[in-house]
Amino acid sequence: MKLLTLNFLTCARKTCKSLPAAFPLHPREAELEQVETDMNAALIKNILPRLEWDAMKTVTTELGLPNLPAETPAPEDLATADGEPSQTLKDLHVLLMDTAVVSGKLVCGNCGHEYAVKEGIANFLLPSHMV
Amino acid sequence: MLPTPRTAHVDYDRIYEPAEDSYLLLDTLAKRSERDFLRKRFPRNSPSPVVLEIGTGSGVVLAFATAHANHIFGRSDVLTIGTDVNPFACVAALRTVELAVSEANTAGTSTGFCLGCLEADLATPFGGHAVDVALFNPPYVPTEMVPTAPGDSSVATPFERESQLLALSYAGGVDGMEVTNRLLDQLPGILSRRGVAYILLCAQNKPAAIARRINDASDDWVAQVVNSSGKTAGWERLSILRIWRT
Repeated sequence: MKLLTLNFLTCARKTCKSLPAAFPLHPREAELEQVETDMNAALIKNILPRLEWDAMKTVTTELGLPNLPAETPAPEDLATADGEPSQTLKDLHVLLMDTAVVSGKLVCGNCGHEYAVKEGIANFLLPSHMV
Repeated sequence: MLPTPRTAHVDYDRIYEPAEDSYLLLDTLAKRSERDFLRKRFPRNSPSPVVLEIGTGSGVVLAFATAHANHIFGRSDVLTIGTDVNPFACVAALRTVELAVSEANTAGTSTGFCLGCLEADLATPFGGHAVDVALFNPPYVPTEMVPTAPGDSSVATPFERESQLLALSYAGGVDGMEVTNRLLDQLPGILSRRGVAYILLCAQNKPAAIARRINDASDDWVAQVVNSSGKTAGWERLSILRIWRT
């Protein structure tokens, strides 16, 4: 599961869903991997406006990854003056496209429920008493 | 004709085998009218659409949407993601996506980007109106009951567990609509302001009545049957209902 997925996920419990504390889920004991993928500058540029940047920052800090800029990078930050991919674009590509969670837990900040990730697949099924 | 993703690696003792219903969803996404609709709704340079397939099974639909994003949306900066209650399906679906993407790349086509496949009940882990396009080929066969989801792994033998997972892929309960109704209830919470869902229904699900129910319930949502197959004596056996925010 790509790390970027965490930007779209909340706790699966109905009672948590709408609460701010249920987003983002917090990775714990996470094993990450980086799989090199082709650079798609348009994808990065067009993902940025829909990212919850603060959530991205929380997740990367918790994982001990390099700090992200304070604000969402602007489109003009993605290319150098001569039109080449900027370092910002390259860093975002590695973070958003190449980085995946292989194993560990995703923890809800509201109820504390831990969703296991095994072999790259996160399990969001809840026992019936928790639905 | 766009190539249908290969699924030779999928174990059909454990995972729903692609059938007429799956192919009707593929046909719908490749249709001129739907491509026009989606391209207008998600114009190039607007934020990248997020496509969620609910209940991927083999992954044939997720792989098709990912590999042919450019043909469908007119842009390849499309994110895709799947869910299934069946862990075997999650693994198989990711492999199906990988094969279809590499085949498209070999043919020189740029593809969408698949984020992964989650083991989940419908769209329950999604929130914050994150999804732009939801695709759902539900368990639509009318049955006496819907099997319990495998949240508790209380089912005794592997054989029983596999039978339960397969039953979950088709058994739809009353009118075949119990699972689909649960998803319809989730749609307003998961779909973005530009959100649209494509849901497969069979004749017993009464697609026209469901469309009417949605259209009558609110001015914010529109539902329309946009494709169908298997006409017998004037009855379409399978239809695709498109539901979108106005």
